[in-house]
This record gives sequence, structure tokens and C-alpha cells, in this order.
Amino acid sequence: MTITTVLLLGAFHGLNPAMGWLFAVARGLQERSRDLLLQSLPVIALGHLGSVALVAVVVGVTGSVLTGGVVAIGGGVLLVAFGLWRLLSRRHFRWVGMRLSLTQLAGWSFLMSSAHGAGFMLLPVLTSVEVTGAPGPHSTHALSGALSGGLAVAAIHTLAMFTVAGVIAVIVYEFLGVTVLRRAWFNLDRMWAVALVAAGAITIATNW
Amino acid sequence: MSLWKPDPTFYPSPRDAASGPREKLAYVGAFDRSAERPDAITVVDTDPESPSYGTVVGWTDLPHTGDELHHFGWNACSSALCPYAPHPHTERRYLIVPGLRSSRIYVLDTKDRVAPEVVKVLQPEELAKRAGYSRPHTVHCGPDGLYVSALGGANGEDGPGGIALLDHRSFEVLGRFEVDRGSQYLAYDFWWHLNHDVLVSSEWGTPSMIEDGIVGELLLGRQYGHRLHFWDLRRRRHLQAVDLGDQYQMALELRPAHDPTKTYGFVGVVVSVEDLSASVWVWYRDGAEWAVRKVIDIPAEPASADDLPPVLKPFGAVPPLVTDIDLSVDDRYLYVSCWGTGELKQYDVTNPFEPIEVGSVRLGGIVRRTPHPARPDEPRAGGPQMVEVSRDGRRVYVTNSLYGSWDDQFYPDGVGGWMARLDVADGGGLTVDERFYPDFRGLRPHQTRLQGGDASSDSYCYP
Repeated sequence: MTITTVLLLGAFHGLNPAMGWLFAVARGLQERSRDLLLQSLPVIALGHLGSVALVAVVVGVTGSVLTGGVVAIGGGVLLVAFGLWRLLSRRHFRWVGMRLSLTQLAGWSFLMSSAHGAGFMLLPVLTSVEVTGAPGPHSTHALSGALSGGLAVAAIHTLAMFTVAGVIAVIVYEFLGVTVLRRAWFNLDRMWAVALVAAGAITIATNW
Repeated sequence: MSLWKPDPTFYPSPRDAASGPREKLAYVGAFDRSAERPDAITVVDTDPESPSYGTVVGWTDLPHTGDELHHFGWNACSSALCPYAPHPHTERRYLIVPGLRSSRIYVLDTKDRVAPEVVKVLQPEELAKRAGYSRPHTVHCGPDGLYVSALGGANGEDGPGGIALLDHRSFEVLGRFEVDRGSQYLAYDFWWHLNHDVLVSSEWGTPSMIEDGIVGELLLGRQYGHRLHFWDLRRRRHLQAVDLGDQYQMALELRPAHDPTKTYGFVGVVVSVEDLSASVWVWYRDGAEWAVRKVIDIPAEPASADDLPPVLKPFGAVPPLVTDIDLSVDDRYLYVSCWGTGELKQYDVTNPFEPIEVGSVRLGGIVRRTPHPARPDEPRAGGPQMVEVSRDGRRVYVTNSLYGSWDDQFYPDGVGGWMARLDVADGGGLTVDERFYPDFRGLRPHQTRLQGGDASSDSYCYP
């Protein structure tokens, strides 16, 4: 169940054009180079992984020093608030610049994922990993267990994100063309915000 | 409120834009030279099937007088689809309308109404305080916000002019674009090669050089703008100034290729002080540097001093005065307004370095006064000036006013106020549509913006 959730969330993130597959397609089209597209995708996934792993580490570390459900419930409340803000706010990620090196592209992906709270969406899973992996607070065993569990979650999640993003990017680049954006680019930002609120609510409910 | 699917008027590529639906309305800014009546955003019916085709069907008076509306733009356009900062579910809905003389900036809502409604007014003080500029001119919708060029400085300073950044949701002035302006001082138009992170800007003059009319000593002293500036759009830094030569006075309108993989564009020069000719230049990448090359030369037409206004009598010729140019969305045709001689020229610029003239229409002109075919007995003043091309490249709209005080110098017996629509034939060639004849009630029309975008409103991030 947990693994399925992690994979599905990864697929959802991969599906979102704003998370990077579209940037990879644009880079490929600009230089008329499928190689550039294929090089861009893992780099984008790496940035995403960095953003999600950071959340996993923070949850793991704070979870191991604080008692029981404090992190989960506090994090859940913050997540609900963040999701609602994203739902109501009309702000969007601002960035100027198309010509990025691969390193800069990873940085862009990290910032984009972080601004969207990609890692936070995994909070219910991360807190459950922390709870199951931790027999008690203040133990190094608990910390390493929570950390390795969290990082595994981040890695599996990103693998799913990378797979979905890669498949879509190649299909759009090779067959569909970007004209498909006009019909098929649904407002994932709203669903995204709803997912953040839901993730927060689930975390609170399961740790109450 | 955001949409569930992208705004249907956002197009990923120029090709998509060219195959979109035809425009049904045109928004035309019109101003009162006497500054006694308010300027207006007028709405012209451009749907040939409509009974009110070719007439003014909407009229929105602005709440102040003396604005002198010039160029205006949309709150959002196809650049919202750009992959690095996408926000495709906003609406192309608001017109951002600067007053060139008043330094006010209006925001008008066009949604679900014919005549737009003023929903916000930015006062000159806000532009001055936050960006240090006055006399706002050109508006372009960027992927991260609105960019507005301005000719003058603030707080009593004549310059430098530059570019202000506006938030594209709240429409508040955020600040100035330039982190490092290098040698740039004069400002006018700007646009960009988005996918190359390059912004290009051009030069006209500061407020004191233009507001009371063209100044002969400054012109003959070669003091008006004659350079292009290239900027790093990401780091907001000046990269390079390219001088066309100081005889080429007033390098104004910039029309970069719409194809985002290309790095060339066209700039029109109003007049050469050596022979009163006008010219069009191409800028292009030459290795790591930017370079320019003159590709079109339009000579002055000899005329009797008796037929000329005082400002031209000593010269015995009519300068073409190329004051606007426009490039079709498919980058195939360049339209060149000769406001002095009263002609719109059409060039095939498939090879940008070797334009081929394929069409021409005469209307007005300082000496010729060619009538509009719908009113063959009325000599026409002014000439094709602001030119806008439909997305599909089949229709061209021109208006006849340049700038209040300059209108009065070159057309001292009155410039009138008119707009014409031209049909483009396959392979080139222009004909005036006789059914299209809107009445601007004594105001002078300037910029046209077509509903859903046009050839000078949108930038694309996908080839």
C-alpha cells in the first residue's frame, strides 16, 4: 500500500509539465536534438530527488529527536495550510532563462519541486516510515532507520516520476508535438494543492 | 480565477498561432491631441460576417485627459507556456495601456464585454518611485512578468529611459529591469529572443527631445538614437551596443523572428540625415557578437517646396519616414510603414538578408494625399503608420497617427484620424478593404491590438 502510494505520487509529479518534462522537450526542440532531451531528463529527476530527499531527511531527523506524533501532526497542520495557500494563491514559480547548463537545470528542478512542495506531499508516508522504523526516540538506530527508510521512499518516488516524465517527454517530442499542450495541459496546480491538503489531513488523522 | 485548461489564445509555436481562429475584434488606442477630451480604447468589429463590420462597436473613455495613448499590450500571452515558468491557466484578459505623455498606466478588463472597463490606474508617481522612469511606451508579456519600456527618467530627470518590470497579477510596479545598463541612455522599443535569454532594445530620444516636436538642431546634430542594445535577459545586464551609424537617426521598432530557434530580427530607421532616406536593418548573431546589416533602403521622393510643410521646405523632398514595421507570425513577410510618403510596403523576407518587395499600397502622404478607395474624392492626410498583422498573416491593419506634436509638424493642416484594413494576396500583394472604415470621432488612432493576439503581441518558446 505504502509503496503504491509512493509510486503513484511519483507518477503524478512526473505527469506535471511544470516539474520538468516540458522543459526537457523544449530544450530538445530548440536544438533539434533528442540527445539533449534525453540528457535533460535524468538531471531534472536528480533535482527532484534532491528536493524530496531533503524533506525526507528533515522529517527523519526531527522525528527521531521529538516524541511520537509531534512531527507528524505539526507537519500535517503546516501541510494543510500550505496546500490551502497554494489552492487560493495565484502566484506561480518565476524564473527567467532558457539556456541552462545541466547543473543549472538540476538546480532549476530542485527549486521548482521545492516551491511546489513536492516532498511535502509524501509526508504521510515519511512519517509512517519514521514511526515504524523507530522503536523509541533518541536512538541512533532509530535515526538511521528513519533516514534510510525516508531516502528509500524519495528514491522510489523519483524513479516513478522519472519514468512517467521520460515516457511523456519522448512521446510528445517524437509523435504528438507541443500543440497537444493546448488541449491536454490540465490545471494540475489545483489538483496538486488539493493533494497537499489531503496529504496533510491523512498525516494528522493517522497520527492523532 | 485560473482556468482548467490553457487559455485557448496561448499558442506553443508560431505555426499553431497562425492556424488559430480569425480575430473578431480589434482594440485601437486613440488620443485627443488637444487633451480636452479623454483618450479612448476603441473597439473595431473585424468580423466580415458581422453587420457592424469595419465600424467602431465599443468605446471606453479613460478617466483622465492628456494621456496620449501609444503602444499597449496584454497581461498574458503565449509566453505563459514557456517551460521554465509556466502559468498557462491564467487568462489573456487585461490590456495594459500606458499614457506616453501623462506617464499613467491603465489596466482594462476585456472579458465578457465589448467595450473594456478600466479596473486599475497606476499613477506616474508609482512608476517614478519604484522604477525611476516616466513616459511608459511599449508593453510586452514575459514569462515572469510584464516588461514596460519608458522614454524618460523620473524626479525631473530627462533620462535615462529604460524598462520597468510589473507584476503580471497585481500589475504593481516591481522595479527597473536593468541591473547594469552599460552605455545605454536613450530608450524606445524592446523585445527579445526568449529562448536565447536575450533582450534587444532601441533608441528614440528623451522627453525633452520629442515632446514639443522633432528638434531640427538635434536631428542635424545626429543626437537622436541610432544604436541597438543587447541584454542578458536572465541577469538583466547590458551585453553589447551596436551602432548603426549616427546618420541613421531614430532606430525605432524591433521585430525579432517569431521562430524561437532563430536569432535575427528587423529594426526600422526613420531617416538618414544624409539623404532623407529611410532604412530597415537586420540584426543577427555573428559568432559570439551581435551585428547589424542594412537590408532595405527607401529613398526620399523629390517634391516642390510649395507642397511641403515648413519643417521640410529647405530639403525639397519628402522623406519616407519609416516609423513602424511588423513581421508576420510565420516570419515570411515584413511590412514597412512609410508615413511621410504615404505607403505601406510588403517584403518577402524568407531570406532576411535579401528582402524582395512584393506588395505596396498608397494611402495619404505629405504630398500625394492618396484617398482611401471608400472615399475616393477625399484627399487623405497622414499615412500608414502603426501596422498590425493578423496571426494568420492574411490581414493587415494600419492607423495614421504618429505622435501628436510630430503629426502637427508633418501634416500641419491636420492629420485626421483613420484606420484601414488591407487584404494580403497569396505570394504577396495588398488591397485596401473598402468596407472597413471606422470613425474615431475626431481622435487620432495609434496602436491596434487584435483579440487573441497578433503579430507583435506574443512570444513563443517552441519552434
